[in-house]
Amino acid sequence: EGDPLITEVQDWAAGLGDGVDATPYGMPIEFEDHVIRRTVEWLTADTISSINFTPIHALDGTITPQGCAFERHHSGAITLRKEDYRLMINGMVDTPLVFTYEDLERFPRVTRTFFLECAANTGMEWAGAQLNGAQYTHGMIHNMEYTGVTLRTLLEEAGLDAAGDLAGKWVYVEGADASSNGRSIPMEKALDDCMIAFKANGEALRMEHGYPVRLVVPGWEGNMWVKWLRRIEVMDKPVESREETSKYTDTMADGTSRKWTWTMDAKSIITSPSPQMPITHGKGPLVITGLAWSGNGAITAVDVSLDGGVTWQEARLAEPGKPMALSRFYLDIDWDGSEMFLQSRAMDDTGYVQPTKAQLREVRGLNSIYHNNGIQTWHVNAEGEANNVEVS
Amino acid sequence: EKLGLGRAATEAEVAAWDLDVFPDGSNLPEGSGDVFTGEEVFAEHCAVCHGDFAEGVGNWPKLAGGEDTLADDDPLKTVGSYWPYLSTTFDYVRRSMPFGNAQSLSNDDVYAIVAYILYSNYLVDDDFTLSKETFLDVDMPNADGFFVDDRPETEYPVFTERCMENCKPGAVEITKTVVFKGDPNAGASADEVETSAPAASDEAAAPAVEDAAPVTVAFDAELAEKGEKVFKKCKACHKVGEGAKNGVGPMLNGVWERAAGTVDGFKYSKPMMAAGEDGLVWNAETLSGYLADPRSYLKGNKMSFAGLKKDADIEAVLEFLKSHSQ
Repeated sequence: EGDPLITEVQDWAAGLGDGVDATPYGMPIEFEDHVIRRTVEWLTADTISSINFTPIHALDGTITPQGCAFERHHSGAITLRKEDYRLMINGMVDTPLVFTYEDLERFPRVTRTFFLECAANTGMEWAGAQLNGAQYTHGMIHNMEYTGVTLRTLLEEAGLDAAGDLAGKWVYVEGADASSNGRSIPMEKALDDCMIAFKANGEALRMEHGYPVRLVVPGWEGNMWVKWLRRIEVMDKPVESREETSKYTDTMADGTSRKWTWTMDAKSIITSPSPQMPITHGKGPLVITGLAWSGNGAITAVDVSLDGGVTWQEARLAEPGKPMALSRFYLDIDWDGSEMFLQSRAMDDTGYVQPTKAQLREVRGLNSIYHNNGIQTWHVNAEGEANNVEVS
Repeated sequence: EKLGLGRAATEAEVAAWDLDVFPDGSNLPEGSGDVFTGEEVFAEHCAVCHGDFAEGVGNWPKLAGGEDTLADDDPLKTVGSYWPYLSTTFDYVRRSMPFGNAQSLSNDDVYAIVAYILYSNYLVDDDFTLSKETFLDVDMPNADGFFVDDRPETEYPVFTERCMENCKPGAVEITKTVVFKGDPNAGASADEVETSAPAASDEAAAPAVEDAAPVTVAFDAELAEKGEKVFKKCKACHKVGEGAKNGVGPMLNGVWERAAGTVDGFKYSKPMMAAGEDGLVWNAETLSGYLADPRSYLKGNKMSFAGLKKDADIEAVLEFLKSHSQ
């Protein structure tokens, strides 16, 4: 009588496990091998210039492990040794400088946690419900604890007197890879909170995230977080590079386009239940959980609706929201087994309330591609299966 | 306070990296290129992905066309229809193209390519020459099509209502259901995949490479590793290794001792097919010749690659290809 897993002596309780030398740098246990980045082959012409998605549906807490944090490359993830790394600061500075990696480690250091969201996250969903899973609809995001040097520290080392009045000045940042992915950033932001990061979540950056050095631009679209950062130029005007004109601009219904839409507005997503995370335990206690973030500040509250937005209740934040970092929310309910239209809605400390898709479309039309932060709906049926839908 | 870290950058170093060109044409290099030359250079370096007329191949970007489509449901954004500044095109081609062989073009070639892209968009005549002097003469049709982010005025004041009860009139109904129900990689017709044979799982179970060579090709692992690095020049177009598929170029698993032009599902040029039918087989001799100068080795073939200049690189990449022909 009883569960044999309890009443009988199991192999693992009798025999021995792996020694400490089995895995000098570990991977998740084999049973978690489905929790991986996934791409969608037909979205792009080639996997070298492409995107994959963080398995946010299967993660909890707020920190994204580097090994499954989404990747976006414009000409592939390059292999660059620390010894071969050089960072140049030039343009309107007192002394154009070149730093080695070793130099960077000698500057006063900071450690800060921020989310990085691709401007195109949820971009497929402008035209309607497209992909079935939080990983695919909202997985171009990760949240890491970065260690490095502030951009201000480096700019001041080169000296900004030559730039004169800093109002209206810009910095251009580019990478060492073939795409170079250059972006222009207003000086005000550069001096405010940008970082030159060389560690994430305590370990060296992974190759796919810009090893050995990347730029961190808190709250702003991921494309600006230049990987393999090789050059910072102080300028009196923006470059208007490919990545800030032909891409990462938002076309409105009338055919005109917004540019310099850098900030990622407040957004949230229920990660479970969701299409890849159906309810398998039947009715009764159910944890509804998800992520919320804002590029404008800290998340102050998240509301969850079970009925497609007619009534809302405030979820519980795992801890108080931190500026420009992911917040985890939970709503613990007693599920009666009836169908649900699950939605979440984020609020940040500027008073912004995450809009519905309809509200966004009213302003922007359907062709924006980028910056879709509309409220997502999962239809959960009586069997506990969830699907991506839109509701009236 | 300065720490005295780093060292002064030399002028040559700054010149090597500081390539950005501004909308007003500042920082443009010396040089020039005309439409006629551009057509040739474009055909050689760009057409394989962007098409002979800049119309795009497959999912690769279209560079021409799309005028007056920006307000349509599915706007076509090209250099002609969308890009506000010509400097962007020059800057990007010079620093990042061709894909897989960036910064290999001379400034004259970049001017010529940009001139040809303009011509493909009917923005200049066929006798146009692009240079510093003519750069600002070109009118970009969508130059006035952009405005600075106005969300703080148009959206933030509106998106503030936090309704908790009775937020919608009437019953909630589904207006749209998900388009791709299952694994999105199963394709547009996810439903069909379940019923049509062979199922995705059967495909995976089948040998990945149908031409798995019966003979083992001996190779030098160390040299093959070097060859893998050289292969970076190739991999924008050619896939190799487990699950490799055809891309811009054919997949290269089992290329060793394979007859030219015979990978299933790849659309070869006629000269390549003919050469294979005439008995061209890929081995050390033929591949060395082909990779050293692809254009003259087999006239009229599709591969737009200038060739590997160093014999050592060729030797290494051959070893790498051997290692994928086991």
